[in-house]
Amino acid sequence: MKIAVAIKRVPDMDTRFKIAPSGTAVDETGLKFDMSDFDGYAAEAALQINEKQGGGEITAISLGPDVVQETLRKALSMGLDKAVQLKADAVPFDGYAIAEALAAELKGGSYDLILFGRMAIDSSNQSVGPMVAELLGLPCISAVSQLDVSDGKTVKARRELEGAYEEVTCPLPAVVTIDEGVARPRYPSLKGIMAAKKKPLEVKPAQLGPVTATVAKMELPPERAAGRILGENADAVPELVRLLQTEAKVL
Amino acid sequence: MPTILAFAEARAGQLRKVALEAVTAARQLAGGDQVHAVLVGEGGIGAHAAALGQHGADVVHVCEHAGFARHNPEALAALLAAAANTTGARVVVLPASAHGKDVAPRVAAKLKVGLAADLTSVAFEGDAIVGRHPVNTGKVLATVTLTAKPAVVTMRPGAVPPAAQPKAGTVQALAPVGDPSASRVVTTTLVQGNTAKLDLGEAPVIVTGGRGLKAAEHFAIVEALAEAFGNAAVGATRAVTDDGWRPHSDQIGQTGRLVSPDLYIAVGVSGAIQHLAGMRNSKTIVAINKDKEAPIFKIADYGIAGDAFEVVPKLTEAVKAARAQS
Repeated sequence: MKIAVAIKRVPDMDTRFKIAPSGTAVDETGLKFDMSDFDGYAAEAALQINEKQGGGEITAISLGPDVVQETLRKALSMGLDKAVQLKADAVPFDGYAIAEALAAELKGGSYDLILFGRMAIDSSNQSVGPMVAELLGLPCISAVSQLDVSDGKTVKARRELEGAYEEVTCPLPAVVTIDEGVARPRYPSLKGIMAAKKKPLEVKPAQLGPVTATVAKMELPPERAAGRILGENADAVPELVRLLQTEAKVL
Repeated sequence: MPTILAFAEARAGQLRKVALEAVTAARQLAGGDQVHAVLVGEGGIGAHAAALGQHGADVVHVCEHAGFARHNPEALAALLAAAANTTGARVVVLPASAHGKDVAPRVAAKLKVGLAADLTSVAFEGDAIVGRHPVNTGKVLATVTLTAKPAVVTMRPGAVPPAAQPKAGTVQALAPVGDPSASRVVTTTLVQGNTAKLDLGEAPVIVTGGRGLKAAEHFAIVEALAEAFGNAAVGATRAVTDDGWRPHSDQIGQTGRLVSPDLYIAVGVSGAIQHLAGMRNSKTIVAINKDKEAPIFKIADYGIAGDAFEVVPKLTEAVKAARAQS
């Protein structure tokens, strides 16, 4: 199957963020970056689909400055076949601006399946995948926890709802966004890392859409006050209940 | 001042709480101006229009069609985009629910505008719409400005509680755009869990079990504690859902549900970064874990560094007793 996987480079969340002097972004000094979690699931899902079907080609696409090439190389080292960087000075916050750029690149690609992560773990907007589908006129199933495209014609997927789930189908070609549950990404092998260096990585200018959503301010939420350990066995239960009633007032 | 349009989400013929939240948020944005709600479903869904009027809808556009019996994102997005145009909506408000998050970006793309998602608050600031949106797993708060007209926003469930503010709620029939039964994306099955059970996004209290419970069947002590509260949902860590002890949909964490209940009780949860990302914004956090050094105690307001199998049943009894008195 000819598959495209959209990938975003995001900061590692296991850190104490600081706000940049601009006040509208996090300070990137000292941050580690990696592929957004759900995008890793999408890349793995694409690999498993083509491994089962024996063949096909998977293209990783990422929008941003040249540092995203590192994330694209990681995707290639997992086993994806080629990569495209849509070069932009920065990744806009506005999902629609990004969607137009991705749609322009994906339009002529005659992909059977276009995969996204459910959302980028940093901006958390969960918007670009369905927007790209709209712009391309393709059907879209978002946030799927199970995915089956084994007949080569139809997407059969499951979506988790609040206290329920639903089963959804649509014809291929389609856009699907991947949630928890589909696949855990493999670690690149040494062989994969070596092979990735020789795989094609094309750089094209990003044709971003209009920006109407911007970040006016970023700030850190208030720190939690230090907690206390009330005891080391069930003797502490009455004190806990008292505090829940009188201090926290939640009981 | 122009109209605010709200999507009133229903499932299986029932109005969801987030529908009232979306209408309430729209009412707050509209001030003295008009709120129009859109309500879709199969025949009979219009019966819920009155509840939307009670929460501030001046007009309720009702589209009854067999094609809307289950979630129909293509037909729904077409309908909402068309309604935004015909009502001249200044803002389209949807819930950041599973269905709302599926539809909102489609509506925004049809209208060729950006989206402000998962907002915890929303207001006009001059001519722009400004909302607050937790990013980076809740470790950073972004203030987002939308200049497009209409602006499309989704509201985090629970962020704007439903508030009664009776308006006319005049029902107007709304014709579908095209044939909803001809959508390419078809929801073939809806499997509802125990509908009496509270969802993680709505429950004021969440009791979460981790690996420290040692086996799937030991979740019984967590279930019993949740039951004792009467308004609690049960969550799980990723380790637990990966092991198949609980469904993926119960996972709280960076790649699962992000929750902020009034009270969060973590039982046998070590407090991996991945998990803390999903619950750090809870109002009060209680941790029960054998390991005194577990990172969960760094974020917990109250901790008991003891054996969950001894402490939790005692806590369950104490909560029952406290509730019986109140």
